[in-house]
Amino acid sequence: MSGTIPLNTQESPPFLLDLIYRLKVKDVMTKEVITARKETPLRQIQRIMKEKWITGVPITDEEGKRIFGIISMDDIIRALDGGYIEDPAERWMSRNLIVLEEDMPLQFAISYLDKFRYGRFPVLNKDRELVGIITSRDIIVALLVEANKEVEKLEQRIVQPPSRPGEEAWLLYHVRKYDFENAGKASAGLKKLLMERNLDPKTLRRVSVAAYELEMNLVVHSDGGTLSFRIGKDRVEIEAKDKGPGIADVEKAMEEGFSTANEWIRSLGFGAGMGLPNAKRVSDEFTIDSKLGEGTTVRVVIYISPSSPS
Amino acid sequence: MRVKELSEALGVEPIQPDFEDAEILGGYTSDLLSDVMAHATSGSVLITIQAHKNTVAVASLVGIPAIILANGRPVPEDMVEAAQKEGIAIFRSQETQFVLSGKLYTLLTSSQ
Repeated sequence: MSGTIPLNTQESPPFLLDLIYRLKVKDVMTKEVITARKETPLRQIQRIMKEKWITGVPITDEEGKRIFGIISMDDIIRALDGGYIEDPAERWMSRNLIVLEEDMPLQFAISYLDKFRYGRFPVLNKDRELVGIITSRDIIVALLVEANKEVEKLEQRIVQPPSRPGEEAWLLYHVRKYDFENAGKASAGLKKLLMERNLDPKTLRRVSVAAYELEMNLVVHSDGGTLSFRIGKDRVEIEAKDKGPGIADVEKAMEEGFSTANEWIRSLGFGAGMGLPNAKRVSDEFTIDSKLGEGTTVRVVIYISPSSPS
Repeated sequence: MRVKELSEALGVEPIQPDFEDAEILGGYTSDLLSDVMAHATSGSVLITIQAHKNTVAVASLVGIPAIILANGRPVPEDMVEAAQKEGIAIFRSQETQFVLSGKLYTLLTSSQ
Protein backbone atom coordinates (compact mmCIF):
# COMPACT_ATOMS: atom_id res chain seq x y z
CA MET A 1 0.00 0.00 0.00
CA SER A 2 1.41 3.36 -0.94
CA GLY A 3 1.69 6.45 1.20
CA THR A 4 -1.07 8.49 2.67
CA ILE A 5 -4.51 9.34 1.39
CA PRO A 6 -3.91 12.36 -0.87
CA LEU A 7 -6.91 14.27 0.34
CA ASN A 8 -5.89 16.02 3.46
CA THR A 9 -3.15 18.21 2.10
CA GLN A 10 -2.65 21.88 1.53
CA GLU A 11 -2.67 21.23 -2.22
CA SER A 12 -6.20 19.79 -2.14
CA PRO A 13 -8.89 21.99 -3.64
CA PRO A 14 -10.51 24.32 -1.09
CA PHE A 15 -13.84 22.66 -1.81
CA LEU A 16 -12.54 19.29 -0.65
CA LEU A 17 -10.83 20.68 2.42
CA ASP A 18 -13.94 22.59 3.30
CA LEU A 19 -15.96 19.43 2.86
CA ILE A 20 -13.89 17.14 5.07
CA TYR A 21 -13.94 19.72 7.86
CA ARG A 22 -17.62 20.55 7.42
CA LEU A 23 -18.88 16.96 7.45
CA LYS A 24 -18.88 15.31 10.84
CA VAL A 25 -18.08 11.71 11.56
CA LYS A 26 -21.71 11.17 12.54
CA ASP A 27 -22.89 12.40 9.11
CA VAL A 28 -20.89 9.70 7.37
CA MET A 29 -20.74 6.71 9.72
CA THR A 30 -22.94 3.63 9.56
CA LYS A 31 -25.39 3.93 12.41
CA GLU A 32 -26.69 0.37 12.60
CA VAL A 33 -23.74 -1.34 14.19
CA ILE A 34 -23.68 -5.11 14.28
CA THR A 35 -22.12 -6.20 17.57
CA ALA A 36 -21.31 -9.41 19.42
CA ARG A 37 -20.85 -10.31 23.10
CA LYS A 38 -17.69 -11.23 24.96
CA GLU A 39 -18.73 -14.88 25.08
CA THR A 40 -19.68 -15.10 21.38
CA PRO A 41 -17.53 -17.77 19.66
CA LEU A 42 -15.26 -16.48 16.88
CA ARG A 43 -16.92 -19.00 14.55
CA GLN A 44 -20.23 -17.20 14.98
CA ILE A 45 -18.60 -13.82 14.38
CA GLN A 46 -17.11 -15.18 11.17
CA ARG A 47 -20.63 -16.14 10.06
CA ILE A 48 -21.95 -12.70 10.95
CA MET A 49 -19.20 -11.10 8.85
CA LYS A 50 -20.04 -13.28 5.90
CA GLU A 51 -23.78 -12.69 6.11
CA LYS A 52 -23.60 -8.95 6.70
CA TRP A 53 -20.65 -8.23 4.42
CA ILE A 54 -18.63 -6.58 7.15
CA THR A 55 -15.01 -6.84 8.19
CA GLY A 56 -15.13 -5.87 11.86
CA VAL A 57 -17.48 -6.58 14.76
CA PRO A 58 -17.35 -4.55 17.99
CA ILE A 59 -17.67 -6.60 21.19
CA THR A 60 -20.11 -4.84 23.51
CA ASP A 61 -22.51 -5.25 26.41
CA GLU A 62 -26.06 -6.50 25.82
CA GLU A 63 -27.34 -3.03 24.86
CA GLY A 64 -24.57 -2.60 22.32
CA LYS A 65 -23.53 0.61 24.06
CA ARG A 66 -20.42 -0.14 26.02
CA ILE A 67 -17.57 -1.33 23.84
CA PHE A 68 -14.91 -3.70 25.17
CA GLY A 69 -13.01 -4.59 22.04
CA ILE A 70 -13.27 -5.44 18.37
CA ILE A 71 -12.83 -8.57 16.29
CA SER A 72 -11.62 -7.94 12.75
CA MET A 73 -11.30 -10.17 9.71
CA ASP A 74 -7.59 -10.46 10.54
CA ASP A 75 -8.41 -11.92 13.96
CA ILE A 76 -10.67 -14.48 12.30
CA ILE A 77 -8.01 -15.52 9.80
CA ARG A 78 -5.51 -15.92 12.62
CA ALA A 79 -8.04 -17.97 14.61
CA LEU A 80 -8.65 -20.29 11.66
CA ASP A 81 -4.92 -20.59 11.16
CA GLY A 82 -4.23 -21.20 14.84
CA GLY A 83 -7.14 -23.59 15.33
CA TYR A 84 -8.98 -21.60 17.99
CA ILE A 85 -12.01 -20.47 15.99
CA GLU A 86 -14.38 -21.91 18.66
CA ASP A 87 -12.90 -19.65 21.37
CA PRO A 88 -14.99 -16.80 22.80
CA ALA A 89 -14.36 -13.33 21.37
CA GLU A 90 -13.14 -11.97 24.68
CA ARG A 91 -9.96 -14.01 24.53
CA TRP A 92 -8.69 -12.66 21.21
CA MET A 93 -10.34 -9.28 20.63
CA SER A 94 -8.23 -6.14 20.24
CA ARG A 95 -8.58 -4.19 23.44
CA ASN A 96 -6.53 -1.10 22.78
CA LEU A 97 -9.16 0.52 20.65
CA ILE A 98 -8.76 3.55 18.48
CA VAL A 99 -12.12 5.28 18.50
CA LEU A 100 -13.55 8.45 17.00
CA GLU A 101 -16.05 10.82 18.52
CA GLU A 102 -19.21 11.51 16.58
CA ASP A 103 -18.75 15.27 16.53
CA MET A 104 -15.22 15.17 15.12
CA PRO A 105 -14.84 16.45 11.57
CA LEU A 106 -14.54 13.81 8.88
CA GLN A 107 -10.95 14.91 8.40
CA PHE A 108 -10.11 13.08 11.67
CA ALA A 109 -11.43 9.81 10.29
CA ILE A 110 -9.38 10.23 7.11
CA SER A 111 -6.22 10.97 9.02
CA TYR A 112 -6.87 8.05 11.41
CA LEU A 113 -7.14 5.72 8.42
CA ASP A 114 -3.73 7.04 7.43
CA LYS A 115 -2.13 6.84 10.85
CA PHE A 116 -3.47 3.51 11.99
CA ARG A 117 -3.67 0.47 9.81
CA TYR A 118 -7.26 -0.31 10.66
CA GLY A 119 -10.07 -0.54 8.17
CA ARG A 120 -12.71 0.76 10.55
CA PHE A 121 -13.14 2.82 13.66
CA PRO A 122 -15.90 2.57 16.24
CA VAL A 123 -17.60 5.93 16.87
CA LEU A 124 -18.61 7.00 20.38
CA ASN A 125 -20.78 9.81 21.66
CA LYS A 126 -19.95 12.15 24.53
CA ASP A 127 -21.07 9.55 27.06
CA ARG A 128 -18.62 7.06 25.55
CA GLU A 129 -21.45 4.97 24.13
CA LEU A 130 -21.06 3.20 20.80
CA VAL A 131 -23.21 5.04 18.21
CA GLY A 132 -21.70 3.97 14.91
CA ILE A 133 -18.83 2.59 12.92
CA ILE A 134 -16.95 4.25 10.09
CA THR A 135 -15.05 2.52 7.29
CA SER A 136 -13.16 3.81 4.29
CA ARG A 137 -16.17 2.77 2.22
CA ASP A 138 -18.46 5.09 4.21
CA ILE A 139 -16.00 7.91 3.58
CA ILE A 140 -15.71 7.20 -0.14
CA VAL A 141 -19.48 7.12 -0.54
CA ALA A 142 -19.97 10.36 1.39
CA LEU A 143 -17.26 12.17 -0.56
CA LEU A 144 -18.62 10.94 -3.89
CA VAL A 145 -22.14 12.02 -3.02
CA GLU A 146 -20.98 15.47 -1.98
CA ALA A 147 -18.62 15.84 -4.94
CA ASN A 148 -21.40 14.81 -7.33
CA LYS A 149 -23.68 17.45 -5.87
CA GLU A 150 -20.99 20.03 -6.48
CA VAL A 151 -20.31 18.85 -10.03
CA GLU A 152 -24.01 18.96 -10.77
CA LYS A 153 -24.17 22.51 -9.52
CA LEU A 154 -21.24 23.47 -11.72
CA GLU A 155 -22.73 21.80 -14.77
CA GLN A 156 -26.20 23.21 -14.35
CA ARG A 157 -25.26 26.63 -13.24
CA ILE A 158 -24.12 29.57 -15.13
CA VAL A 159 -20.75 29.14 -16.77
CA GLN A 160 -20.05 32.83 -16.74
CA PRO A 161 -21.43 35.05 -14.04
CA PRO A 162 -24.50 36.91 -15.28
CA SER A 163 -23.38 40.31 -16.32
CA ARG A 164 -25.03 43.61 -15.70
CA PRO A 165 -27.83 44.83 -17.96
CA GLY A 166 -26.41 46.07 -21.22
CA GLU A 167 -23.47 43.68 -21.10
CA GLU A 168 -23.36 40.40 -22.95
CA ALA A 169 -24.11 37.29 -20.97
CA TRP A 170 -24.33 33.63 -21.65
CA LEU A 171 -25.79 30.69 -19.85
CA LEU A 172 -25.22 27.00 -20.38
CA TYR A 173 -27.42 24.22 -19.07
CA HIS A 174 -27.06 20.48 -19.35
CA VAL A 175 -30.35 18.78 -20.04
CA ARG A 176 -30.88 15.07 -19.49
CA LYS A 177 -33.17 12.69 -21.31
CA TYR A 178 -36.53 12.16 -19.57
CA ASP A 179 -35.55 14.46 -16.69
CA PHE A 180 -39.03 15.87 -16.17
CA GLU A 181 -38.00 16.78 -12.62
CA ASN A 182 -35.73 19.59 -13.75
CA ALA A 183 -37.45 20.36 -17.04
CA GLY A 184 -38.07 24.07 -17.44
CA LYS A 185 -35.27 25.18 -15.14
CA ALA A 186 -33.06 26.42 -17.95
CA SER A 187 -35.86 28.46 -19.50
CA ALA A 188 -36.78 29.84 -16.10
CA GLY A 189 -33.16 30.86 -15.57
CA LEU A 190 -33.12 32.70 -18.88
CA LYS A 191 -36.42 34.41 -18.16
CA LYS A 192 -35.18 35.62 -14.80
CA LEU A 193 -32.06 37.10 -16.33
CA LEU A 194 -34.08 38.83 -19.06
CA MET A 195 -36.57 40.21 -16.56
CA GLU A 196 -33.69 41.88 -14.76
CA ARG A 197 -32.96 43.56 -18.06
CA ASN A 198 -36.47 44.97 -18.42
CA LEU A 199 -37.21 43.21 -21.67
CA ASP A 200 -40.68 44.07 -22.98
CA PRO A 201 -43.29 41.41 -22.08
CA LYS A 202 -44.05 40.40 -25.68
CA THR A 203 -40.45 39.69 -26.57
CA LEU A 204 -39.91 38.01 -23.22
CA ARG A 205 -42.80 35.72 -24.02
CA ARG A 206 -41.35 34.82 -27.41
CA VAL A 207 -37.96 34.05 -25.92
CA SER A 208 -39.61 31.95 -23.18
CA VAL A 209 -41.63 29.94 -25.69
CA ALA A 210 -38.59 29.19 -27.86
CA ALA A 211 -36.38 28.32 -24.88
CA TYR A 212 -38.99 26.11 -23.25
CA GLU A 213 -39.89 24.24 -26.42
CA LEU A 214 -36.25 23.54 -27.22
CA GLU A 215 -35.60 22.52 -23.61
CA MET A 216 -38.54 20.12 -23.65
CA ASN A 217 -37.41 18.72 -26.98
CA LEU A 218 -34.10 17.80 -25.36
CA VAL A 219 -35.93 16.16 -22.45
CA VAL A 220 -38.49 14.32 -24.55
CA HIS A 221 -36.66 13.38 -27.74
CA SER A 222 -32.90 13.60 -27.32
CA ASP A 223 -30.33 11.43 -25.59
CA GLY A 224 -29.43 14.53 -23.61
CA GLY A 225 -27.62 17.67 -24.59
CA THR A 226 -26.96 21.27 -23.81
CA LEU A 227 -29.04 24.39 -23.98
CA SER A 228 -27.12 27.61 -24.27
CA PHE A 229 -28.34 31.16 -24.22
CA ARG A 230 -26.41 34.14 -25.40
CA ILE A 231 -27.83 37.50 -24.56
CA GLY A 232 -26.44 40.34 -26.63
CA LYS A 233 -27.37 43.99 -26.87
CA ASP A 234 -29.89 43.50 -29.65
CA ARG A 235 -30.51 39.74 -29.75
CA VAL A 236 -30.99 36.59 -27.74
CA GLU A 237 -29.51 33.44 -29.23
CA ILE A 238 -30.66 30.03 -28.13
CA GLU A 239 -28.86 26.89 -29.13
CA ALA A 240 -30.08 23.39 -28.33
CA LYS A 241 -27.48 20.79 -29.13
CA ASP A 242 -27.98 17.10 -28.45
CA LYS A 243 -26.00 13.90 -28.66
CA GLY A 244 -28.57 12.04 -30.70
CA PRO A 245 -30.48 10.24 -31.99
CA GLY A 246 -31.04 12.71 -34.83
CA ILE A 247 -34.22 13.37 -36.80
CA ALA A 248 -35.10 11.08 -39.70
CA ASP A 249 -37.19 13.62 -41.60
CA VAL A 250 -36.61 17.21 -40.55
CA GLU A 251 -39.29 18.58 -42.87
CA LYS A 252 -41.87 16.30 -41.27
CA ALA A 253 -40.66 17.22 -37.78
CA MET A 254 -41.37 20.85 -38.57
CA GLU A 255 -45.01 20.07 -39.41
CA GLU A 256 -47.49 21.00 -36.73
CA GLY A 257 -49.00 17.91 -35.15
CA PHE A 258 -46.32 15.48 -36.31
CA SER A 259 -44.74 13.75 -33.35
CA THR A 260 -42.72 10.66 -32.54
CA ALA A 261 -43.38 10.92 -28.79
CA ASN A 262 -44.63 7.82 -27.02
CA GLU A 263 -47.83 7.36 -25.08
CA TRP A 264 -46.66 8.18 -21.55
CA ILE A 265 -44.94 11.35 -22.71
CA ARG A 266 -48.17 12.45 -24.39
CA SER A 267 -50.10 11.72 -21.23
CA LEU A 268 -47.96 14.33 -19.48
CA GLY A 269 -49.08 16.93 -22.01
CA PHE A 270 -45.95 16.85 -24.15
CA GLY A 271 -45.19 15.44 -27.56
CA ALA A 272 -48.13 17.04 -29.35
CA GLY A 273 -46.00 17.91 -32.35
CA MET A 274 -46.01 21.60 -31.61
CA GLY A 275 -42.54 22.12 -30.16
CA LEU A 276 -40.48 22.93 -33.23
CA PRO A 277 -43.29 24.80 -35.04
CA ASN A 278 -43.88 26.90 -31.91
CA ALA A 279 -40.20 27.67 -31.57
CA LYS A 280 -39.96 28.66 -35.21
CA ARG A 281 -43.05 30.84 -35.08
CA VAL A 282 -41.64 33.03 -32.31
CA SER A 283 -38.15 33.26 -33.83
CA ASP A 284 -36.61 35.90 -36.06
CA GLU A 285 -33.99 33.42 -37.22
CA PHE A 286 -34.37 29.66 -37.05
CA THR A 287 -32.05 26.93 -38.27
CA ILE A 288 -32.07 23.22 -37.67
CA ASP A 289 -29.35 20.72 -38.52
CA SER A 290 -29.83 17.07 -37.87
CA LYS A 291 -28.06 13.90 -38.78
CA LEU A 292 -29.59 10.56 -37.98
CA GLY A 293 -27.37 8.66 -35.59
CA GLU A 294 -25.42 11.76 -34.67
CA GLY A 295 -27.61 14.49 -33.28
CA THR A 296 -29.51 17.68 -33.75
CA THR A 297 -28.64 21.33 -33.33
CA VAL A 298 -31.33 23.98 -33.34
CA ARG A 299 -30.40 27.66 -33.35
CA VAL A 300 -32.88 30.39 -32.68
CA VAL A 301 -32.33 34.13 -32.70
CA ILE A 302 -34.81 36.64 -31.35
CA TYR A 303 -34.14 40.34 -31.81
CA ILE A 304 -34.53 42.54 -28.81
CA SER A 305 -34.52 46.29 -28.58
CA PRO A 306 -31.64 47.60 -26.49
CA SER A 307 -32.92 47.75 -22.92
CA SER A 308 -33.33 51.11 -21.32
CA PRO A 309 -31.31 51.59 -18.15
CA SER A 310 -33.38 50.66 -15.13
CA MET B 1 -61.61 40.14 -10.48
CA ARG B 2 -58.73 38.72 -8.49
CA VAL B 3 -57.68 35.10 -7.91
CA LYS B 4 -59.15 34.76 -4.42
CA GLU B 5 -62.53 36.23 -5.28
CA LEU B 6 -62.72 34.18 -8.44
CA SER B 7 -61.89 30.92 -6.67
CA GLU B 8 -64.63 31.59 -4.12
CA ALA B 9 -67.14 32.34 -6.86
CA LEU B 10 -66.22 29.09 -8.64
CA GLY B 11 -66.30 27.13 -5.39
CA VAL B 12 -63.00 25.40 -6.08
CA GLU B 13 -60.90 23.75 -3.40
CA PRO B 14 -57.68 25.62 -2.51
CA ILE B 15 -54.66 23.31 -2.78
CA GLN B 16 -51.85 25.85 -2.79
CA PRO B 17 -53.14 28.94 -0.97
CA ASP B 18 -49.83 30.79 -0.77
CA PHE B 19 -50.11 33.00 -3.86
CA GLU B 20 -50.08 36.51 -5.14
CA ASP B 21 -53.69 37.68 -5.45
CA ALA B 22 -53.30 38.89 -9.03
CA GLU B 23 -55.92 40.36 -11.33
CA ILE B 24 -57.41 37.72 -13.65
CA LEU B 25 -57.47 38.83 -17.27
CA GLY B 26 -58.76 35.70 -18.96
CA GLY B 27 -58.85 31.94 -19.01
CA TYR B 28 -57.39 29.08 -20.99
CA THR B 29 -58.36 25.42 -21.04
CA SER B 30 -55.90 22.87 -22.36
CA ASP B 31 -53.95 19.74 -21.48
CA LEU B 32 -51.27 20.26 -24.09
CA LEU B 33 -48.50 22.22 -22.48
CA SER B 34 -47.10 23.37 -25.82
CA ASP B 35 -50.52 24.70 -26.67
CA VAL B 36 -50.70 26.55 -23.36
CA MET B 37 -47.23 27.91 -24.05
CA ALA B 38 -48.26 29.11 -27.49
CA HIS B 39 -51.74 30.49 -26.91
CA ALA B 40 -52.54 31.19 -23.25
CA THR B 41 -52.23 34.85 -22.43
CA SER B 42 -50.48 36.28 -19.42
CA GLY B 43 -52.80 36.78 -16.44
CA SER B 44 -55.08 33.90 -17.43
CA VAL B 45 -56.40 31.12 -15.25
CA LEU B 46 -55.39 27.71 -16.59
CA ILE B 47 -57.98 24.92 -16.46
CA THR B 48 -56.31 21.55 -17.00
CA ILE B 49 -56.05 17.94 -15.89
CA GLN B 50 -52.23 17.99 -16.07
CA ALA B 51 -51.56 17.65 -12.36
CA HIS B 52 -47.76 17.65 -12.28
CA LYS B 53 -45.01 20.14 -11.73
CA ASN B 54 -44.24 20.73 -15.41
CA THR B 55 -47.58 22.54 -15.60
CA VAL B 56 -46.26 24.94 -12.97
CA ALA B 57 -43.13 25.55 -15.05
CA VAL B 58 -45.25 26.44 -18.06
CA ALA B 59 -47.58 28.62 -15.98
CA SER B 60 -44.61 30.49 -14.59
CA LEU B 61 -43.12 31.10 -18.05
CA VAL B 62 -46.45 32.25 -19.48
CA GLY B 63 -47.41 34.36 -16.46
CA ILE B 64 -50.39 32.33 -15.32
CA PRO B 65 -51.29 33.21 -11.70
CA ALA B 66 -53.69 30.32 -11.01
CA ILE B 67 -54.18 26.72 -12.09
CA ILE B 68 -57.48 24.89 -11.66
CA LEU B 69 -57.25 21.11 -11.82
CA ALA B 70 -60.45 19.55 -13.09
CA ASN B 71 -62.07 16.16 -12.44
CA GLY B 72 -60.71 16.05 -8.87
CA ARG B 73 -57.26 14.95 -10.03
CA PRO B 74 -54.85 14.02 -7.23
CA VAL B 75 -52.13 16.65 -6.81
CA PRO B 76 -48.56 15.50 -6.19
CA GLU B 77 -46.67 17.21 -3.38
CA ASP B 78 -43.81 18.39 -5.61
CA MET B 79 -46.31 20.25 -7.80
CA VAL B 80 -47.63 22.11 -4.75
CA GLU B 81 -44.10 22.94 -3.63
CA ALA B 82 -43.13 24.21 -7.08
CA ALA B 83 -46.24 26.39 -7.23
CA GLN B 84 -45.59 27.77 -3.77
CA LYS B 85 -42.09 28.73 -4.81
CA GLU B 86 -43.47 30.56 -7.83
CA GLY B 87 -46.40 32.12 -5.96
CA ILE B 88 -48.88 30.41 -8.28
CA ALA B 89 -52.26 29.36 -6.88
CA ILE B 90 -53.56 25.81 -7.35
CA PHE B 91 -57.22 24.91 -6.99
CA ARG B 92 -59.04 21.67 -7.55
CA SER B 93 -62.57 20.95 -8.62
CA GLN B 94 -64.64 17.80 -9.06
CA GLU B 95 -66.21 19.38 -12.12
CA THR B 96 -65.16 18.85 -15.72
CA GLN B 97 -63.07 21.25 -17.78
CA PHE B 98 -66.15 22.05 -19.85
CA VAL B 99 -68.26 23.08 -16.86
CA LEU B 100 -65.43 25.01 -15.22
CA SER B 101 -64.64 26.85 -18.44
CA GLY B 102 -68.28 27.80 -18.84
CA LYS B 103 -68.51 29.16 -15.31
CA LEU B 104 -65.25 31.03 -15.64
CA TYR B 105 -66.31 32.56 -18.93
CA THR B 106 -69.60 33.74 -17.46
CA LEU B 107 -67.87 35.21 -14.41
CA LEU B 108 -65.26 37.06 -16.43
CA THR B 109 -67.63 38.45 -19.06
CA SER B 110 -70.27 39.53 -16.56
CA SER B 111 -67.78 41.27 -14.30
CA GLN B 112 -66.55 43.50 -17.10
